[in-house]
Amino acid sequence: MILSNSPALVPLSLLLAAIVIPMAAFRRRWLAYPLALCASAFATGISVVNIIRVLTEGTIHYHFGGWIPPIGIEYVLDPLSSFVTLVVNAVSLMVLVHARRSVAAELPDKSMPFYAVVMLMLTGFNGIILTGDFFNLYVFLEISSLALYGMIAVGGRKSPIAAFRYLIMGTVGGSFYLLGVGFIYMTTGSLNMADVARIAPSLHQQPALVAALGLMITGLGIKMAIFPLHGWLPDAYTYAPSASSALIAPVGAKVGVYAIIRVIFYVFGVEFVRNSLPITEILAWLGAIAIIYGSIQAIAQKEMKRMLAYSSVAQIGYIGLGIGLANPYGIIGAVLHVMNHALMKACLFLVAGNYRLKLGHSTIPRLDHRVRRRMPWTTAAFTIGALSMVGVPPTVGFFSKWYLALGTIQNGRWLFLTALLVSSLLNAVYFFRILEKVYMKPLEGEAADDGSVSLDEAPASMLVPTLVLGIALLLLGLLNAVIVTGIISRIVPPGM
Amino acid sequence: MFDFIVGHYAYWFVFILMAIGLYGMIIKCNLVKKLIGMSIFQVSIILFYVAGANKWGATVPVADPALGTADPAKYINPLPHTLMLTAIVVGVATMGVALALVITIYKRYKSLDETRLLEQMRKEDDTE
Repeated sequence: MILSNSPALVPLSLLLAAIVIPMAAFRRRWLAYPLALCASAFATGISVVNIIRVLTEGTIHYHFGGWIPPIGIEYVLDPLSSFVTLVVNAVSLMVLVHARRSVAAELPDKSMPFYAVVMLMLTGFNGIILTGDFFNLYVFLEISSLALYGMIAVGGRKSPIAAFRYLIMGTVGGSFYLLGVGFIYMTTGSLNMADVARIAPSLHQQPALVAALGLMITGLGIKMAIFPLHGWLPDAYTYAPSASSALIAPVGAKVGVYAIIRVIFYVFGVEFVRNSLPITEILAWLGAIAIIYGSIQAIAQKEMKRMLAYSSVAQIGYIGLGIGLANPYGIIGAVLHVMNHALMKACLFLVAGNYRLKLGHSTIPRLDHRVRRRMPWTTAAFTIGALSMVGVPPTVGFFSKWYLALGTIQNGRWLFLTALLVSSLLNAVYFFRILEKVYMKPLEGEAADDGSVSLDEAPASMLVPTLVLGIALLLLGLLNAVIVTGIISRIVPPGM
Repeated sequence: MFDFIVGHYAYWFVFILMAIGLYGMIIKCNLVKKLIGMSIFQVSIILFYVAGANKWGATVPVADPALGTADPAKYINPLPHTLMLTAIVVGVATMGVALALVITIYKRYKSLDETRLLEQMRKEDDTE
């Protein structure tokens, strides 16, 4: 019973938790956190079951209420969706383990609604990834966006403004997507993705269908925060509470990436996209610009969370470039980078959270070598994360860049290859300036090693997830061949 | 050409509304005016779906014994309407969250002018 319903269980268990938490924890506040953690752990477990089922049984179609599509709504579990749900759920579980202390410190009386909203956000993300229906995707997109606005707005004094600006941008994005769905429904008469994919080639580049493609990619591009549409991202990540930004930054934008991959390669198909609009070419160029722009902006930032936010803009650029190359290496690199960036950013944001809890700030000019003496393990995790962002083997960051580089070479796009390589150097600049401060620079007028600073690490509930993510960066880097041949090579869409 | 314009008149109105909404959201500085623009934009998309569901000479999609159920051309398409019920709910929820944010912003900054708010934000960033 449980096994046959496993695709639907992922979002439904999280949705149930979102409803149960306010009821159960209304009087007993302490119940909210264990319930949220249980739901997230359950969803992660089911995602593991799902990916094993997909690898053994092939693509699974789950029909809601027994209604056969295109009449009913279906959930589709294929290698891509099962992989991305596992990444999203596993990373969020790690961040949730970490969140207890930082939520207790930053949002003492708002923990119950916070966890309920987190569950709603995860429901939305999983729904977007699993659904095989365009309109269903829109509903989940709005569920997750509304939850995101709330999670950002509970931060400090400036956070409601950041949330409001995100809300305006996000609503434009969602509405563009909805308009695109309208065009698709009016030309094909169907809302089911597989059904539209079957009908679309017979319509021979009808203008309405091309308009639908353009509108949907623009709308999802805002959610994904690809370069000129990224305006909401830095403020939202910076002013949100640590727990929110650690949850949103690794997985939030990835869902938009996933939806774009789904629409371009699985619904319309490479053939259609190549012959109608130069969408992939535009995405590749925007990605390349985002890589350089985000890295340069990150160098200029003084606050660690803001620096990480701009580095997210750059990292999303890598993924956009991979999609835009539209060749197998590009797709492998993009999907691998979805996982890698989720792990790296989660690790680095958790480090920023640990610093904030123990040092009271995460401002880069104020870090010095005492930080390393005080928090050696957190700083070690930061080092691994930073090396992975730069792309030093054997961390995961190296391998996705490797595949992206192979993709640019296969298409003979030397300019994009240059952008990739230059950005690695820029990454090195903005991460090594922190590493230099914490490992090398002594305080002015002070001996390098006076041993006056005692060990004062973050509590275990925060340190363990940080280290687990740090070790995962190394371990998955070493195991990347298994992941690529086992799962990601099956993702390469038809027609490539 | 003339037929094309007249034949799609409902859509032209929808697109004009859409442009007005987008203009309000992007150009206006007052946060409440932005929300008014957002509302117009969302409504224009709802009208777009409803206009697309229409058929000439068809009636509301409620089974009428006099018409029978054999010929779908006698009823307009009910699916876009039901989709738009969901979209209206989404729009209401978004508006609720947005107004709550506006109230919080006004309480904290005593202003709803975006340029002034951003100036204030940058100033606070520098003093921190």
